[in-house]
Parts: sequence; structure tokens; C-alpha cells
Amino acid sequence: MDRPTLLEVNDLKTRFHTAEGTIYAVNGISYILKEGETLAVVGESGCGKSVSVQSLLGLIPIPPGEIASGSAVYQDRDLLKMAEPELEKVRGKEIAMIFQDPMTSLNPVLTIGKQITESLEKHMKMNHDEAVRRAVELLEWVGLPDPARRLGDYPHQFSGGMRQRVMIAMALACGPTILIADEPTTALDVTIQAQIVELVKRLRQEVGMAMIWITHDLGVVAGLADRVIVMYAGFIVEEADVESLYEDPRHPYTLALLAALPRVDRRRHQRLMSIPGAPPNLLVAPHGCPFAPRCERVIERCQAENPSLEAVAPRHRIACWVDVQTGGPR
Amino acid sequence: MATIRETAAAVPQFKVDELEGPPLTLRQLTWRRFRRHKMAMFGTVMLALLFVYSFGGALVFSEADANAVETAARLQPPSREHPFGTDTIGRDVLARTIYGGQISLIIGLTAMLVELVIGVLVGAAAGFYGGKLDAMLMRFTEAAFVIPQIFLLIVMSKFFGSSMPNISVLGRNFSGSVVVVILIIGVTSWMYLARIVRAEFISLKEREFVLAARATGTPARQIIFGHILPNSIAPIIVSATLAVAAAILAESYISFLGMGVQPPTATWGNMLEGAMNYIEEAWWFWFFPGVLIVLTVLSINFLGDGLRDALDPRSRAV
Repeated sequence: MDRPTLLEVNDLKTRFHTAEGTIYAVNGISYILKEGETLAVVGESGCGKSVSVQSLLGLIPIPPGEIASGSAVYQDRDLLKMAEPELEKVRGKEIAMIFQDPMTSLNPVLTIGKQITESLEKHMKMNHDEAVRRAVELLEWVGLPDPARRLGDYPHQFSGGMRQRVMIAMALACGPTILIADEPTTALDVTIQAQIVELVKRLRQEVGMAMIWITHDLGVVAGLADRVIVMYAGFIVEEADVESLYEDPRHPYTLALLAALPRVDRRRHQRLMSIPGAPPNLLVAPHGCPFAPRCERVIERCQAENPSLEAVAPRHRIACWVDVQTGGPR
Repeated sequence: MATIRETAAAVPQFKVDELEGPPLTLRQLTWRRFRRHKMAMFGTVMLALLFVYSFGGALVFSEADANAVETAARLQPPSREHPFGTDTIGRDVLARTIYGGQISLIIGLTAMLVELVIGVLVGAAAGFYGGKLDAMLMRFTEAAFVIPQIFLLIVMSKFFGSSMPNISVLGRNFSGSVVVVILIIGVTSWMYLARIVRAEFISLKEREFVLAARATGTPARQIIFGHILPNSIAPIIVSATLAVAAAILAESYISFLGMGVQPPTATWGNMLEGAMNYIEEAWWFWFFPGVLIVLTVLSINFLGDGLRDALDPRSRAV
């Protein structure tokens, strides 16, 4: 699977300067997204998943936000250094995004037809009639029944799953090369989640786009992703192909996450594992391994030094001082 | 004592269809709430009649009738020939209230538009961009608040009013002072609206759909006018409605003080001014323009109240 690189993120650091102090939201993450590849970003709430991708597209408010360092090279251009008008041409056209809550991410006072045609008219330079025709095709493509009639409907007239389909149609309207999905199934109930995941899989194949799929649901990741990044407190702690992550997790945090997953083959009445403690306070500048206070395998070195991301196997990197198989230092 | 069966029989029977008709659109719901607001309906009907009176009346009486001087028939009480009587130089009060009404309503509406443009632009820019621009615009707004409006109105109309040439629009010849009055009222009353719009923008710009719009590459101008403004339209409509009433009143004040619209162009306000010395001798002279001002302002305020209730989605009334 050696495909050309599409997006290369290097040492991205995002901070927020608030009244209470500086929030260290993203602390130097690097990864590569290849063409047609699906990269899953997993982690707990508040670990910097959303901020890290919103930083790429210039969607974080500045101030209070600040991109402290890093680069994100997309087709020989650094997204982080682009001026706003240039970035507007990339957003929605080449890199599109869908959001967590389809209830709130559609504008309640505009018809969905208006919302879809808007970006078609802007990015694809279509006239209104062409854009309407294309919108109908798109809605049909994402499985919305009777699309021509429903173009004039407002978001509140759709169910949650249908609204997410509309969001997906909007995101795919201009044929993006990268689709960023920010927890697109979290706000939906389980049966709808499955439908949306299946839909995205089908569309991904038809369009051949790359995806960054942000989630905290490792169950969804297994069936969807090629590679997985596990984030904790603004750091990448493990990065691996999806098979090796599930078969051979090397970071204690990933192990704990997988242990917390409900499984069909587990004995009944057995309690689900949970990770004791809470994620670290991001107001404090990181010192030592951020996971150390909650880690079962913590050693002395963890308190003093933050491990950097190092390869432990081909295409498998972790940031940990410990070898989880022996319990001793690596 | 009624049995359960009898009680049940008394409960009206609905078919499923009657209970679950097609869902009402936002517009239908708003209209339904508005329709049930009796005072608002009264205001709307009354306002429509006043428009018919002022603009339809012009089909019956020409402007020349309104300005025709007939000194022999001065200060005549209402009669068959002059239903609302005549004024000090024998002009027909009915015809003058019709043409004065046009001016008053036009001033009210256009001053509201001026106010709307300034208020929305200032409020939207301040609320959307925030930071230094917000601070600057809001200090400016507060400064504008501090100046008493009536005082400013009087000074400015005194200053500019007399130097304006007459203008003619739609075949009517207006005193140039009409334009001055419109601009002055607009320029002195946009501050409330700016604050309302700013508050709306500050809260709406944090909403997810704005982020989603930005993520599809929508430029800032389109987000402001195409996405956020439509969401804050309800409070804007309400305060714009009330602004019409305020503008009509403001025009009456300064015209009453003799500094607004200059004769011979009639307005309800300057008709009152002319009647001031004849309060006891010629009641018809002040009664009709006075009643028309009261009715107009009252109906617009009722209409505004009704719109506020109808457009508020949290309103309980169904």
C-alpha cells in the first residue's frame, strides 16, 4: 500500500490564550495522509482531535487561538501559511468537512437546497439551474428519498440521520480530495450510525477521496480506517495500521481504550474496564508523559521526560518509555 | 353521576388525520400566532386603512386641492363641502391630512430604512469581527446615544432645512426639508438597532452552522448577510416596526415646533403647529391630524408587539 502522500502535517502546535491561562490543545503532532487512505483519529473528549483538524483549515478563532508552530503541506502548499481568500478556495472544494451534530450544523433558516447550491455556485462556478440539478443528484446519491421535492425544505423538517446525509451531500458537492469527518456519527443513534458509516464507505469508494475520521468509538474505526492515530492530551501516543493496532497495541493508553470496549465474546455480567482518573489539565504546560498519572505501567522516567513518537515495528509508532509486553523499559 | 362510558363519549372523537395534519412551516406557525393576537390584527387593519386613506385619498383630491387657498372660507367647521373643516387660510383640512399622511408615512418608512442600514451594518460588523473594531464601534454608538435626539433634530433641521431646494419624486413636489428630516431621524436613531444586531451576531457566530459554512469556504461577507442575518431577522423586524412609529412621532415633534417639513408641504405635525393658536375656536383644525398621528403610532406599536410575540419561537401561544 504505497500511495503518494496527499497531506503531510508536521509538528502542529495549537494553543488558546484565555483569561485563565494558555490552553495547550495540540502539542506538536505529525502525520501523513496518503491518497485514498482513511485515517482515523481517536481519543477522549478534549484531547485535541477536533482542534487539530480545524487548525489545518484555519477554522479556529484567532485570537484567542494561535498556531504556535508546524506546517501542513497539501499539494506543495502549506495550509497553515495560506491567506484567508486562498484558504477559502481550498475549504469545501478540495478539503471538505462534516460535523458532529447535524441538528446544529445546518442553518435553520435556509432551505437545504440553498445551502447545497451555495458552495456549488461558489466553487464550481455553476449557474443556479445547474447547481439545483447537481444538488438533486447529490441528495439522491446520499440516499435521500424524493430529493427534488425536498430541496425547498428546512433542516427542522428532516430527521437526524437525513440531516447528516444532507451534510455529507454538501461536503461532497465539489468532489473534495480529502473529507474530514469530525465525529459524524456521535450524535446519531446506533442504527443510523451504521447506515451513515456504510454510506460513507460507499461514497469513499466511488469518489476515491482520502478521509480523516475523528471519533472516540474504536468500534467504528475497525471497519472503516486504514490507519489509526491515538491522541491523548494533544499528543499522538500511537500510530499504526488498523490491523496492527487492534492485534498488537503497544501503548498503555491504547490498551486501556481497547479494554474499555464492550465485546460480544466477553463473559456476561463482567464489568467493562474503565481508565481511572481524568485527562490532564491542558492549562498546564506539558511535562513528562501526559498519561503517566493514569498509567498502570508507569516507570520513573515517565514523570520526568515525555517520550517522543518512535517506530517499534514497521509502520507502527508509539510514544512510550515502556514495553507493554515485558512491563520494563524499552 | 356520569359513567366512564358516558364521559368517554363526551370526549370529541378525532380521526388520526385531524390530529396530525401536515406539519406547519415556520411561516404558517408565525402567521397563526400573529392572527390570534387581537391587538396586532387591529393594528394591521387600521394601518392598512391609514395607507388607503393617505395614498388612495390622493386619487380623489389632487395636491392642488390640498394647497388651494380660499381666504373667504377660512376656519370653517366641518360641513358637506369641507368634511374636516378648513384652516386659517381656507385650505381643506381633509385634503391636507391626506397629503400630510403621505409625507408622515413616507418619512416614517424611509427614516426606518436609513436607520436599518446604519444599525445593521454597525451592529453586524461589531458583533461579527469583535475585538478592536467592536470596541470602537460600540464606543461610537454610546457616544451617539448620549446626544439628545430632539435637540439634535432641532439644531440640524434649523441648520440644513432652509437651504434645501425642492425636489420632485413620483410627480409630487416635496419641500427639500423632507429629505433632511428623514436623514436626521435615521442618523439619530440607529443605536438601539445596532446594539440588538450586535448581540444577535455575538451569540449566533459561535453556532455550529457558522463553522460549517466557513468549512465549505463561504466568505465572511456571505456568512454575515447570508447566514447570520437571516437568523436574527425577528428582532430586527420588530424594532424596525417600532422605529417607524418613533420616526413619525419625531417628525411630528419638530414639525410642530416649526422646524421640520416646511409649508406648503403638509404633514400631520406642521398642521398641528398651525392649529396651535386656534385650539378653542377651531377644534377640527387640530383634532383630525392629531387623531391620525395617535392612530398611526398606536397601530404600528400594536403591530410591532404582535410581531414580537409571533416571531419569538419560545412564545407559548400556539
